[in-house]
Amino acid sequence: MLSLIVFLPIIAGLVILVVPASQKQIIRIVSLVAALAQGVLAVLIWRQYDPTMAGIVAAPGGSPVGSFQLIERIPWITLDLGSFGPLTIEYFLGVDGLSITMVLLTALISIIGILSSWPIQKQVKGYFILFNLLSTAMMGCFVALDFFLFYVFWELMLLPMYFLIGIWGGPNREYAAIKFFLYTLFGSVFMLLVMIGLYFSVVDPLTGHHTFSLVAMADQANYVKGTILGPGSEQWRYIAFAVLFVGFAIKVPMFPFHTWLPDAHVEAPTPISVILAGVLLKLGTYGMMRINFPLFPEVFQAGMYVIGVFGAINIIYGAFCALAQQDLKKMVAYSSISHMGYVLLGLAAGNSEGMLGALYQMFNHGTITAMLFLLVGVIYDRAHSRQIDKFGGLASYMPVYAGVVTIAWFASLGLPGLSGFISEAFVFVGAFREPITRPIAMVSVLGIVFGAAYLLWSLQRMFLGKRKPDALYELEVDSHGHEHIHFHDWKGKLDLDARELTMLVPLAIIIIALGIYPMPVMGLLTTSINKLVQVLAPVAISAVH
Amino acid sequence: MFEMPSGAEIQSIISILKGGAAYFVPEIYLSALFMVLIVVDLITWRKNSRFLATVTIAGLLGSLYFIYKQQPLPDSEFFFGMYALDRFGIFFKYFFVASGILAVLTTMIDKPLNKQESGMGEYYALLVAMVVGMMMMASSTDMLMMFLAMELVSLSAYAMTGYLKREIRSSEAALKYLVYGAVSSGMLLYGFSLIYGMTGQTNISKIAMLLAVHGYNPLVMILAVLLIVAGFGYKMGAVPFHFWSPDVYEGAPTPVTAYLSVGSKAAGFAMLMRFFYVAVPHELTGGISFLQVDWLWILMLISAASMIYGNVVAIWQKNVKRLLAYSSIAHAGYLLLGIITMDQLGTQATLVYLAAYLLMNYGAFYVVIIIANRTGSENLEDYRGLGKRMPLAGAALTVFLISLVGLPPTFGFIGKLMIFSALLSKGSLFMWLALIGILTSVISLYYYMLIPLNMYLRESENPDDSVIETGMGAKIVTAALMIATLYFGLFFQPIVNYAKYSSAIFGALLN
Repeated sequence: MLSLIVFLPIIAGLVILVVPASQKQIIRIVSLVAALAQGVLAVLIWRQYDPTMAGIVAAPGGSPVGSFQLIERIPWITLDLGSFGPLTIEYFLGVDGLSITMVLLTALISIIGILSSWPIQKQVKGYFILFNLLSTAMMGCFVALDFFLFYVFWELMLLPMYFLIGIWGGPNREYAAIKFFLYTLFGSVFMLLVMIGLYFSVVDPLTGHHTFSLVAMADQANYVKGTILGPGSEQWRYIAFAVLFVGFAIKVPMFPFHTWLPDAHVEAPTPISVILAGVLLKLGTYGMMRINFPLFPEVFQAGMYVIGVFGAINIIYGAFCALAQQDLKKMVAYSSISHMGYVLLGLAAGNSEGMLGALYQMFNHGTITAMLFLLVGVIYDRAHSRQIDKFGGLASYMPVYAGVVTIAWFASLGLPGLSGFISEAFVFVGAFREPITRPIAMVSVLGIVFGAAYLLWSLQRMFLGKRKPDALYELEVDSHGHEHIHFHDWKGKLDLDARELTMLVPLAIIIIALGIYPMPVMGLLTTSINKLVQVLAPVAISAVH
Repeated sequence: MFEMPSGAEIQSIISILKGGAAYFVPEIYLSALFMVLIVVDLITWRKNSRFLATVTIAGLLGSLYFIYKQQPLPDSEFFFGMYALDRFGIFFKYFFVASGILAVLTTMIDKPLNKQESGMGEYYALLVAMVVGMMMMASSTDMLMMFLAMELVSLSAYAMTGYLKREIRSSEAALKYLVYGAVSSGMLLYGFSLIYGMTGQTNISKIAMLLAVHGYNPLVMILAVLLIVAGFGYKMGAVPFHFWSPDVYEGAPTPVTAYLSVGSKAAGFAMLMRFFYVAVPHELTGGISFLQVDWLWILMLISAASMIYGNVVAIWQKNVKRLLAYSSIAHAGYLLLGIITMDQLGTQATLVYLAAYLLMNYGAFYVVIIIANRTGSENLEDYRGLGKRMPLAGAALTVFLISLVGLPPTFGFIGKLMIFSALLSKGSLFMWLALIGILTSVISLYYYMLIPLNMYLRESENPDDSVIETGMGAKIVTAALMIATLYFGLFFQPIVNYAKYSSAIFGALLN
């Protein structure tokens, strides 16, 4: 089942490969069908998932697959490496609370992404092949439980993303695409070294051989003394943790590794921005929760304060930058940086509330940001510009659009009753509870104020008041005295059309519903989060070391 | 001083040679092929390049059978210890035959070579001679034999480099190659003579034994090692013995460039491994000896310098062949990493990396030739907009380049993975080299991606959007190489296991 959900898009990609390039509609429909099928599978997985099972790590002496669910585990590659014994790489998939939320999010965002790709006219065939490849890689990352497999999926994302930004992006796309590629590769090559180091340090208790299994690696009892990342090798464990953290932090993106994100977003076409902000950024924090922290829990304990400080910097710095932006998309991009800071802050707290808030924030940020970027795309399609100052008074002419924008904007600033509020609240509860992160949390609260500032200010400048003198739309008054506007060369419907509503309304419903009753998602992850907190707790670590 | 041997002695020498010949079948067969090709060329009277190519490929394929038949034979030295038959040599025999076949395939589609009015007879003959020479480089166990084998390869390569007689670039490249080659041969010979002076032996295992028993003067040894490394380094194209390679790679006919960058480089590595592993063994006196540390340090520095220099200088190249030349310098650095670890895992990693390099580098050059045939240029700028016009070639080239960077799911990633595993299996000892390797491969991404950048992200000024037909044969070869690069990136088990099997002969010498 997991294999199917991972590889469905690639199958669609192969089908598209044989469709002639002129059949654009068929290509789009094939992709949409695959994405919808993925969505159906995700729902099935969700129904089948037992939230009382924790995952994260295998019980001592228990099954090597732990309490993960929907396991698929077959040996993929077995090599004889002489003195190091056989090397086995497994095709090992499974879900727990961490991954199931992300699987749901990925399936949802993929559908939205395909729908919003509908107007793309340039090289449709190539676009959808790459999109499907990207979709497979993302999904694969979230369900892979073998580090090698994870790494393959992780790197597989880079090339399609490079081309998607580089070919279908804006004027400065070459720069943005290669910057994205180089930044992420820089992070991930170090991950490769850590992966190899971990391989030599961890032994699967059942077979007695070295292993790439993340489940085995999450258990500190499986590390061999005297190896490079084993107990007693403090220095290298700290370095490995830092290196992995930077690798994931680049993806988050965490200050000071964030500079690729605004560039990538501004140049990327709307669907790619949606995917990028909706799913790809979460891979960074997911990687931290799945790999970085549980594999090096004692370093995590030592580094909580630093992570929290970086989280706070992200929150405040991101908000300040957003406040200064003239370009609406850039503002949303910086708001992503700010909101991912909450995730970091929640992780830094290291307790159940904080971690729960962080993971829930990842899901909510995925849906909310997807909405924000879609809405930015709507206005960009019409006006070919995103300059905040070049509109004004849109609310009276595009009421539906303005309404949806208001929901999204308020969700983003964390209004109670919308999903973002709950996750941010949990993050702060968690951070306040720990003495170590309390001062950081106090400073970070300011981020909410600045967040409200840039969001409300942009809302006001674009939608309220009267038409700006240099606005990008024309105002006409007809014989009855009604005012009409039209954009320069926009032929479509002025307000949101059916396709745009199909994408936006479900997202809005999810955001509102999860704001009122968060249990459908939160219920999935509590057991796993508790287990993760237990794995990271100082007591558990000192028992091993 | 030199006495005529008696009749009985001559008889015994002949019988030893006869006995040895049984182990030498693939080389004899290919030498025969070399002569057959010359004769065929004369008979068919010059209008024959396609026929000659077919004969060459058929002949090379035939040699696989004889190599295969050698596999069950026991490891042995013959011809008075001049030459060995072992798994390591057999691995490289397969490797060189494969590179020879690919060289023929690339030659078949290359326009400038096939328009050559003096015909292609000598070219294919030289190509086969080079295969024999490279096989001998990998299997020689005697300094004299090593030198002869290397000269056989070099001389064939000089002639092939200058094969486009009317083209000034080609002749210039050949001359440069010759001059550098002569100097480095001289240095190699000087190094060999120093070792011979110390031991009175030319057989590498006997040298090792005598060095271990009688000791040696470290200063002379270091000098000898330096000189020998210079000779090998020239073949491997490693810094600081790389000066010839960008000019030669750019000037030579592209199929020859590909052949040199894969075949003769691999031969250099094979010989380096055999010579240093055997003749200058790892533990002479128990513990790490002074000498051992020293030559390892030389190789480490060469490796680091190659990775940094090759990758950094490649950034500014505007010509794709030159770019690949610098990248091949960098790859020599990565390959050396596997040797530096001085263990079986490292040797295995080097062999796997070579196999990956064969596929991806040949693939890249193959597509470069296809493109050059249509556009008449190897300049980066002329690649603009080609992605749309040559869908298969563009996609394949992207795969090869990604593989050269070392990203999954390609074979190149497996090569890098093995190399870095070998380094890290030594704990933190070689961490600095691993870091250089990792960081330079990030740099390499930038310049490799310049090619897809031009192909896909930029539009050509010429608004012609039509698809360029590349021919069925070329398509099949491109697709086959691309699929192999991807396939072995996911299912690398057989090759890695075979590399392990092949590297096992050094088991006792390495740790």
